Amino acid sequence: MILAQGLRKSFGAFEAVKGIDVDVRRGESFGFLGPNGAGKSSTMRMVAAVSPVSGGTLRILGLDPDTDGPEIRSRIGVCPQEDTLDTELTVRDNLFVYGRYFGLGRKVVRERVDELLEFVQLTEKADAMVEDLSGGMKRRLTIARSLINRPEILLLDEPTTGLDPQARHVVWDRLFRLKQQGVTIVLTTHYMDEAEQLSDRLVVMDKGLIVAEGSPLSLIAEHSTREVAELRFGVGEHEAIAAKVEDLADRVEVLPDRLLLYTVDGEETVAKVHERGLEPIVTLVRRSTLEDVFLRLTGRTLVD
Amino acid sequence: MAEIETSTAPSGVLSGAARMFDYWAIAYKRTWKGSVITSFVSPLLYVLAMGVLLGGFIEGDPSTLEGATSYLDFVAPGLLAAQAMTIVFGEVTYPVMGMVKWHKTYFGMTATPLGVPDVIVAHLGFALFRVAISCAVFVVVMAPFGVFASVAGALGAFLVSLLVGLAFATPIYALSAGLKDESPFALVFRLGMMPLFLFSGAFFPIANLDGWLQVVAKATPLWHGVDLTRMLTLGDVDWPLAAIHVLYLAVLAVLGWFWAVRRLTKRMVS
Repeated sequence: MILAQGLRKSFGAFEAVKGIDVDVRRGESFGFLGPNGAGKSSTMRMVAAVSPVSGGTLRILGLDPDTDGPEIRSRIGVCPQEDTLDTELTVRDNLFVYGRYFGLGRKVVRERVDELLEFVQLTEKADAMVEDLSGGMKRRLTIARSLINRPEILLLDEPTTGLDPQARHVVWDRLFRLKQQGVTIVLTTHYMDEAEQLSDRLVVMDKGLIVAEGSPLSLIAEHSTREVAELRFGVGEHEAIAAKVEDLADRVEVLPDRLLLYTVDGEETVAKVHERGLEPIVTLVRRSTLEDVFLRLTGRTLVD
Repeated sequence: MAEIETSTAPSGVLSGAARMFDYWAIAYKRTWKGSVITSFVSPLLYVLAMGVLLGGFIEGDPSTLEGATSYLDFVAPGLLAAQAMTIVFGEVTYPVMGMVKWHKTYFGMTATPLGVPDVIVAHLGFALFRVAISCAVFVVVMAPFGVFASVAGALGAFLVSLLVGLAFATPIYALSAGLKDESPFALVFRLGMMPLFLFSGAFFPIANLDGWLQVVAKATPLWHGVDLTRMLTLGDVDWPLAAIHVLYLAVLAVLGWFWAVRRLTKRMVS
């Protein structure tokens, strides 16, 4: 569906994407995980055929975005980071006019608008002005809008950034349904839980490059341990204590507010820490996540 | 008619722009009430104040009024051309910036099969539609006052108002499309539109201006529009000069078009 080889994007002297290889297959849900500024959105805009490729090759649905931009855009759905809705139009009119941009007949669009409003649970808001909607509702409307042309690929750029937890779960639920319907989904996110929930396969991006690729589980298995013990000590003590517990875990990470001990059995490791007479203020044992993978690969956290 | 159920790329710029018809129709349905005063009432108030009341003090001497036998006959075509310009200034300044920068509506539009030129054509088309209805009403209301020498002259004046509108629309659109913020618009209106409105021969014969000021006035697009409109409404057409007017306005419209496509593409495609 999407094939990129040595794909690059520069803005003047700044290189946002420094040569990446990506292969997205039909029906899969593919994620780009990385912090802000990793080059995810630049990649996404190239895939959406709205931003010219600076180097390498890119094929979307077998087409070249340089020459077949309109054709590509007619067959994909885009949910941009910013909603770009017309805030002075009603919810229904936003979808209706958008459907018309794809050359669809008025009757067809009206039917789809009703279906999609139902799907994103906005039927009751159909005649409300967009500016009166909550952030979560606007997001759902933007998702509905991206589906109006029955796209073969759905591109989602940071679909839940800026939403409160409840609104995020509603959006995830809808996206999960689309995934089950077999829609090919490509999403970018800097939330590891979002990447874990929604992608079958993902690439971890940092500074314009792909640093790892695989399924969420395989990435965790490959780059982290099964469990993590998080220990919190007094302010400024973490560096010194890290040296004392180094041998208790496969790896120890020092964060400003806590220590992360990577180990197979978290509870056992915590017990051993206590045996050494160290008393953390807070302890937490959890499974490894993609956040740990990212930390391992780049030495930094995803969300600063 | 079979309904189209499959999304496609448009076959050309015009067919792309045509897909935005419903958008602009809905937008106009929402805003037309707010534009009634500027579109229909203000120009007629000008006619009343300038043409009828002020004009009552001015001697209707054809030798000083470019061939008009009354000041009303002189000022009406000037106001028609100026109205076309005024509408366009309103339509392709703040609204363009809103769609590029504030609401980013254009970005949503160009994520579809539509491209930058399609979006520009549709927006300019809407601006011209605004010019057309405003000027049509003006022509119809002025007709009973006998300011048109002939029906053909009235029709011609109406068509020229569209050309004037287009000649202003494309370059000002281009300017707006590239601006980072709205502060230059104040200058555009105060140092661009107002002096054009006052000194391009709409209210007084530019023969009254001193030598070099007259040259400046003759270089402005509005003067070409005013003079052309006046020839048509008075029924006294100097064809070679009229051809120059048309050519000037058409060239401006075309150059503005290329500039607009370039500026908006640069702004949106990176």
